[in-house]
Amino acid sequence: MRNNKWFNLGVQLAAVILALLFVTVILLLVKAPPLAAFQNIMIGSVGSWAKFSDVLISFVPLLLVTSGLLVTFAAGLWNIGIEGQITLGAIFATWMMRTLQDSTLPPALIIILTILAGMFGGAIWAALAGALKTFGGVNEIFGGLGLNFVATALNIWLIFGPWKRPGVASMSGTVPFDVKLWLPMIPDTRLSAWALGIAIVGIIVTYFLLQGTYFGLRLKAVGKNTHAAYLLGIPTWQYMMVSFALCGVFAGLAGAMQVTAVYHRLIPSISSGYGYLGLMVAMLVNYQAAWAAPVALFFAALNIGSIQLPVVLKLDSTLAGVLQGALVLFVLLADGVRQRFVKK
Amino acid sequence: MTPETILIGLAGVLAAAAPVMFAVMGETISERAGIINLSMNGTILLSAMGSFAVALATDSLALGFLAGAAIGALVSLIVAFASITLKISQVATGFILALLCRDLSYFLGNPIMGQTGPRLQSAPIPGLSDIPVLGKLFFSQDVMTYASFTIILLAWVYIYKTRPGLMLQGIGERPAAAFVRGASVNRLRYLYTIIGGALIGLAGPIYSLSVKAGWKGTISGLDGIGWIALSITIFGGWNPLRAAFGAYLFAILQWLGLVLQPVLPGIPSNVLQVAPFPLMILTLLLVNIGNAEWVERTLAGMPENTRRAVAKILRAMRATPPASLGVPFESD
Repeated sequence: MRNNKWFNLGVQLAAVILALLFVTVILLLVKAPPLAAFQNIMIGSVGSWAKFSDVLISFVPLLLVTSGLLVTFAAGLWNIGIEGQITLGAIFATWMMRTLQDSTLPPALIIILTILAGMFGGAIWAALAGALKTFGGVNEIFGGLGLNFVATALNIWLIFGPWKRPGVASMSGTVPFDVKLWLPMIPDTRLSAWALGIAIVGIIVTYFLLQGTYFGLRLKAVGKNTHAAYLLGIPTWQYMMVSFALCGVFAGLAGAMQVTAVYHRLIPSISSGYGYLGLMVAMLVNYQAAWAAPVALFFAALNIGSIQLPVVLKLDSTLAGVLQGALVLFVLLADGVRQRFVKK
Repeated sequence: MTPETILIGLAGVLAAAAPVMFAVMGETISERAGIINLSMNGTILLSAMGSFAVALATDSLALGFLAGAAIGALVSLIVAFASITLKISQVATGFILALLCRDLSYFLGNPIMGQTGPRLQSAPIPGLSDIPVLGKLFFSQDVMTYASFTIILLAWVYIYKTRPGLMLQGIGERPAAAFVRGASVNRLRYLYTIIGGALIGLAGPIYSLSVKAGWKGTISGLDGIGWIALSITIFGGWNPLRAAFGAYLFAILQWLGLVLQPVLPGIPSNVLQVAPFPLMILTLLLVNIGNAEWVERTLAGMPENTRRAVAKILRAMRATPPASLGVPFESD
């Protein structure tokens, strides 16, 4: 048994090394110095407190969406619509803040209402994908993808139409909110301790929800074998809808955080691909909540670390995505090879 | 708008639909064999970039198209290996590849961004291109657009009218039965996934060497095409003719979006570009709703005449996926 555990670890390590080798070959293909590239990513992410605080800023939405996705994955659902759910969260949050910003309510209350509105917006968009799946028989992958495009269009229409800046509408987004409506930031950084705290509470709640509650147990039963769960008396479609809505709440929260803690306005690419990245994180941790936070932090570090690549080495910053994709692919394939060819 | 501009516009729609057509036919064939190739969005981007790079370096269009097909085949080989040999979730592998290939194309394509390379020229068919209206529409296109017309018919005839085509249906519907009748199910699944992948791969160069010539990185406007092609495959109910209808419908809607732009100045172009998506969701809903259990229950409660009429409409629109789509096959 112990042997087996070490063996598994060895396989995963081999997968990581293969992924790094793959990326090295890719770097050599464009005649870039691999070591310098890796070193640059490291310095660019943990080289200074300022850089690391940027990593934490990016960690917040990534961890939030990953928490949500762990819930839908537990129910056996592929919530690709998560990108749109983040966007709708941001839109609802912006709408609430625009409505209340000139009122006499205390700023703290306005921020809380804004965040709640974001969570509601994400949940609605997720419930739409859920309803298409449970009542319309539309696979959640295709329904979700379509809804993602619709959400993006809605977002751009709002920024260039009804919510455009006075004078000229632009890709830079809506008019920034007043400073008193920003989530408070740690001095000398753009990082909000509140946002970080919310994200960490989020993953802890998810962990206990899935590991320690009757609801979590039944949800996993639905995910493993829907038909058997139904025969056992679990109301399966209700459970699926609830897991969609919960994931939407997390995604909407991530969108609301981007609006209130990071950009302080609505921008066209508000979801920034965090939804798809969260799907990768969830796959890499094999859908286990315990490992989600460290892996999400690592992925966030890769994202931030690669930002300066174009300036320093004239490389495209999508290298982060290549590295992340290669890691998940090789770990997944290695696990498949282990299960298929190595008898216990 | 004069009839002349409409005619040119429609001819453009046929050309613009060519890459989507190849992708949709490739995916249809792969899914008919039981393998979902979800990597399509990344594959198309990577093959668009790769084939443009090859054509640029060799100054040969043929080699460019070949490279596109090879890239598509290679990516689908990974999908096939993961899902057929390793029995890993096809959706997971495909999704990772979709993202990985997209980022790879942007990263590797960075040095050749914005360069001008060879471009496929239109090749009017002598004689036929002089026919009024039809000549302009169908016979003044380029080679790949003609190929996109033929592939629809080829795929349809192959799947429904030939012996190997029936076997292809068999390994996607009832692999166990096909196996008993002597088919080596997994080998055939490999074959069709790779053929399908090569066809998907051809969509790339049709963009980068013809329809949207060149490589412009993230602003190439190709990101998302693969996901659209995937929805069209479902809409097409795994039938080449119906899928072709879906692809043309989509191309027409996108063209209408552009044409209507000046008429509706309040709406930014990005919004009209995505206009087909709500429609796509709606059609997916109509296509699938007949499969939902509550619909059958509701139907049973209706008066006989209404029930028959509604059931008939639902059945006409309905599409049921190959029974073993996404399910690994074990011979013992």
